Amino acid sequence: MAETVVKTEDVVKEYRMGTTVVRALSGINIEIDRGEYISLMGPSGSGKSTLFNMIGALDGPTGGRVYIDGQDMSQLSRSQIAWFRCHRVGYIFQSYNLLPVMSALENVTLPMIFAGLSNRDRNKKGEELLNLVGLGDRSHHRPDELSGGQRQRVAIARAFANDPTIILADEPTANLDTITGREIIDLIRDLNRGKGVTVISATHDLKMLDVSDRIVDIRDGLVERIRNRDEIDIEVGEVGGH
Amino acid sequence: MERSTQIEQQIELPFGESLRISFQSLKIRFGRSIITTAGITLGIAFLVSVWTNNEIDLAMQESGRTEQITTLEEEQEQGISTKDIWLIIMSLIVCVVGIANSMLMAVTERFQEIGTMKCLGALDRFVVRLFLLESGFQGLSGALIGALIGTVGSILLGLKNHGLDLFFYFPLLPASPEDAPMRLGIIVLILFGCLLGMVLSVIGAAFPAWRAAQLPPAEAMRTEV
Repeated sequence: MAETVVKTEDVVKEYRMGTTVVRALSGINIEIDRGEYISLMGPSGSGKSTLFNMIGALDGPTGGRVYIDGQDMSQLSRSQIAWFRCHRVGYIFQSYNLLPVMSALENVTLPMIFAGLSNRDRNKKGEELLNLVGLGDRSHHRPDELSGGQRQRVAIARAFANDPTIILADEPTANLDTITGREIIDLIRDLNRGKGVTVISATHDLKMLDVSDRIVDIRDGLVERIRNRDEIDIEVGEVGGH
Repeated sequence: MERSTQIEQQIELPFGESLRISFQSLKIRFGRSIITTAGITLGIAFLVSVWTNNEIDLAMQESGRTEQITTLEEEQEQGISTKDIWLIIMSLIVCVVGIANSMLMAVTERFQEIGTMKCLGALDRFVVRLFLLESGFQGLSGALIGALIGTVGSILLGLKNHGLDLFFYFPLLPASPEDAPMRLGIIVLILFGCLLGMVLSVIGAAFPAWRAAQLPPAEAMRTEV
């Protein structure tokens, strides 16, 4: 029996824009199992990024509840939320969000500083992670000296810094060309399988369908449907001209 | 691997770690730091030069070397004139607004960085402390340079107006409080300028940094300048 790692109950999110209230999520119910690779799909404005933020404790819902590992996130103190973001979740963003003033290694080891690791331990682990993503020889380069694909690899290494149980990836391939995007997807998939982490990715990149265990289609702030891997008949293997 | 599902309290980082990160940030962002610091330097240089000028003029008047003053009445009137007070207030306002603006911009353009750090597990306090350290250091160094520039400028102007006599009556130290309670002396003005520059830049940075640290990371990262 699979173990549920993320559960949302009637999650509603409203944003106030001046005097009008915009409803981004109108009651989302999903359950995600440990080790799954889930893609949240939907057009821009569908609410998938908002849902992503709710699951990652990057923003709080207006209504409903989010449970991670059975823990109601709304019950956590600010300090516990910081700990949760530090230890439980690894974030990967569309625009990489690396700190521009830090080298690749320093970016990867920053979450370990917040986790209280010693200087020696974090440099060792940081180098290992950079090797894992194929950037062992770039550890002292700053983000502006790296290509888009390399930056995203640094971001992936950083996401794994504190051995999280969940990886959240928000449009990780949107700023990359097709082939680089494919490599990034494969890398995330390999780490998902190798380390047994749950991957939740908001995307509208069809290449993602190929590797996802389930696809959650989000439309107008609601779950439109949930498809399993074997129900998807879209041929994406040839995209990118391989 | 079995993992506990217990959520713990996030640890506080040692002060040395914050100091290291803030210095590194200043060093690597050197060009940008210099521009922000220059804003502080200019504000304080203006302020200190106006005040020091005033101080020098008063000292020279008192020494009787300035010839325009003939009667006691005129001298009392001259003490600190409305024009001088106006100039001092203006210089203070320019300084406050200039520094607040510099720091506000410098922090606002780093909202995304603040959001990212929070995603990685930074506590709100840590983010604010980082910016307090950076801005305090920038404020102090910028103000010190500014105060020195302002003083040197005033001394040069004083030499032009009063000649070498200036050095006989140089108001380095405060005048005795009974004689002239408002005469603080140049050393006190320099120290005051440094303190003011540091305090203003820390306040100017603390407010936006605190606000950004309070925001949910998703919102901080969305903010565009």
